[in-house]
Amino acid sequence: MDDREKLNRLRWRCTRRAMLEMDLLLGEFLERIFPTLTPEQADAFVVLADMEDLELWPLINASRECADPVQAEVVALLRNVRVK
Amino acid sequence: MSKLTIPVRKFDAVIVGAGGSGLRAAIQLSEAGLKTAVLSKVFPTRSHTVAAQGGVSASLGNSEEDHWHWHMYDTVKGSDWLGDQDAIEYMCRMAPEVVVELEHFGMPFDRTDEGKIYQRPFGGHMSNFGEKPVRRACAAADRTGHAMLHALYQRNVRANTQFFVEWMALDLIRDESGQVLGVIALEMETGEVVAFHAKATVFATGGAGRIFYSSTNAFINTGDGLGMAARAGIALEDMEFWQFHPTGVAGAGVLITEGVRGEGGILRNSTNERFMERYAPNAKDLASRDVVSRAMVTEINEGRGCGPNKDFVLLDITHLDPAMIMKRLPGIREISIQFAGIDPIKAPIPVVPTCHYQMGGVPTNYKGQVVANDGTPVKGFYAAGEVACASVHGANRLGTNSLLDLLVFGKSSGDSVIDDLKSGAIGLKALPENFADRTMARLDRLNTQTGGADVNATRLELQRTMQKHCGVFRFKEMLVEGVEKILEIEKAVARTEIKDKSQVWNTARVEALELDNLIEVAKSTMISAEARKESRGAHVRDDAPDTEANPNGRDDLEWHKHTLWHRDGNRLDYKPVIMKPLSVESIALKTRSY
Ligand SMILES: Cc1cc2nc3c(=O)[nH]c(=O)nc-3n(C[C@H](O)[C@H](O)[C@H](O)COP(=O)(O)OP(=O)(O)OC[C@H]3O[C@@H](n4cnc5c(N)ncnc54)[C@H](O)[C@@H]3O)c2cc1C
Repeated sequence: MDDREKLNRLRWRCTRRAMLEMDLLLGEFLERIFPTLTPEQADAFVVLADMEDLELWPLINASRECADPVQAEVVALLRNVRVK
Repeated sequence: MSKLTIPVRKFDAVIVGAGGSGLRAAIQLSEAGLKTAVLSKVFPTRSHTVAAQGGVSASLGNSEEDHWHWHMYDTVKGSDWLGDQDAIEYMCRMAPEVVVELEHFGMPFDRTDEGKIYQRPFGGHMSNFGEKPVRRACAAADRTGHAMLHALYQRNVRANTQFFVEWMALDLIRDESGQVLGVIALEMETGEVVAFHAKATVFATGGAGRIFYSSTNAFINTGDGLGMAARAGIALEDMEFWQFHPTGVAGAGVLITEGVRGEGGILRNSTNERFMERYAPNAKDLASRDVVSRAMVTEINEGRGCGPNKDFVLLDITHLDPAMIMKRLPGIREISIQFAGIDPIKAPIPVVPTCHYQMGGVPTNYKGQVVANDGTPVKGFYAAGEVACASVHGANRLGTNSLLDLLVFGKSSGDSVIDDLKSGAIGLKALPENFADRTMARLDRLNTQTGGADVNATRLELQRTMQKHCGVFRFKEMLVEGVEKILEIEKAVARTEIKDKSQVWNTARVEALELDNLIEVAKSTMISAEARKESRGAHVRDDAPDTEANPNGRDDLEWHKHTLWHRDGNRLDYKPVIMKPLSVESIALKTRSY
């Protein structure tokens, strides 16, 4: 798969989720913040985006902490996303 | 027209949709040894059923006395007498059985001290024919839908159901006799278009809440099943009935639970007035969903909305103890900060009534068979869940009855497939020669369109039009104008253009194809709503007010009937509500008041 195809797949998986909250947050993140990530952070985001919503949401709303430091950086960025 | 051939795969049954209803149907079929394919736009446990937190209803009577007949009464009343009483009796009678079955599939329900399934009260569920609230909702903490999908999915894996994940069904295949022979679908990863040729086709594609600008529904709810059915000449039933939730975050739509008002949250207008005191002096902010929603819209329409465009009201919890908010309303603070940009401890949350649930859909009987206008089954076609209209929710759904609908009609549709195969009513028929032409022409058109309309802009216009002209509170002129506008937007949808023409993971194409479905849902909704000149359940018109002759604006003489919208010519016709239950006496028409 080339980069465009990978990005499109990621876009689908970010914006066709089980919960509206996650569609909005991950969609916004992908557009605005994803392009600014380091390669390691980008990989960590792909792992996060593959999680189920009820695994990911507790990380974002801070009721659970990440074990992995790079993942924690990305989650911190996700927490700062504001959808208007 | 090109006479393209596409690859064909053969199955006993193909199910479109892997939410609660699709997975429940699949268990029935796979466990009966049928070769069953389930198609889904996303991995099954990412279906929207996950979002359901409240619970699933069943008169188990674990916490206090309860009876399916009481549940039936509540559902008929909740539906504002538009629900079919045979289907409602069937659903309420089956409820304990399917919930216990789900428990055996591994569903981790909350438990009482004695180890029984714990039950809690939920709006509209009462004991003894409407006397007092009863505990009927079964839940697995606040993750009922999620737990349910996982239990059903595991069971399917065991039963060897074949999943086709990240596949989008595009169209139904019907032959000249009208029999349904499967679907044509697109694999996103390859862009390949394939026919799923089957003896039985079950639609379980969920709702279409994305036709509205403000919606609690995830982006996936684009009404694909409704679009496919309509294009194949199946009428859509009762599409004017959409349930709105009073408190969605303005703009984003994210749901703010009723619990916030339960804990003391207050709704305010631009003058800071607690306006619910005027509309519901007793219940105030805790009045029923429709009353609160209508009051909010009235405030906005009369110029007392907040913000630069005066288009929302405020949900205020700033007077509550922050420690209590953090403890009793977890998540609400994060939701407000992330989706409204405000900290609710310091400032009130902007909210608007937000589309939540679709009561109408593909007409079925209680066996999950899709039916023609005269009630005879459409051969080879079945539907269950939010896409279907059985009709158990009528003009208004009771909370927790939807998850129940998935289980009951998911199962019954599967059983009907098995029965119809046994009786020889259905079987594998040859595909008509040109079965793929219409779909391929649609794809060709999209690939070659130049100077066309932008998909995102057109979708946004559709959503804004539905919200403004066909929202929670409806006005005659707005509806008439809304019909014109939607038919204009339809023209734009017919000439959408995408820049990306590639095959692999072309999400722009998929979104354009979703829009083809949204427009069918929008048309059916607007046209059915314009035509129904009464208020009933969730369909409330300004020109059909509460009078002595027509309490709550409901006009049974003229309008106690189901709407059927036909795509062909936007024709409407009507069919009677089934008032005869299966075994008990009919629940006679009465004014709906709580
Ligand atoms: C926020 C929220 C909370 C809710 N809470 C409750 C509650 O507490 N209790 C309750 O009873 N109800 C609740 N509801 C309603 C209930 O969750 C839904 O009505 C129900 O989950 C719908 O299930 P379903 O099986 O019909 O469809 P979904 O679960 O929506 O699944 C649809 C499936 O169809 C697939 N699909 C769609 N189109 C296509 C296509 N073209 N090709 C291939 N696959 C396709 C999707 O991928 C998905 O797998 C809630 C709804 C919302 C929005």
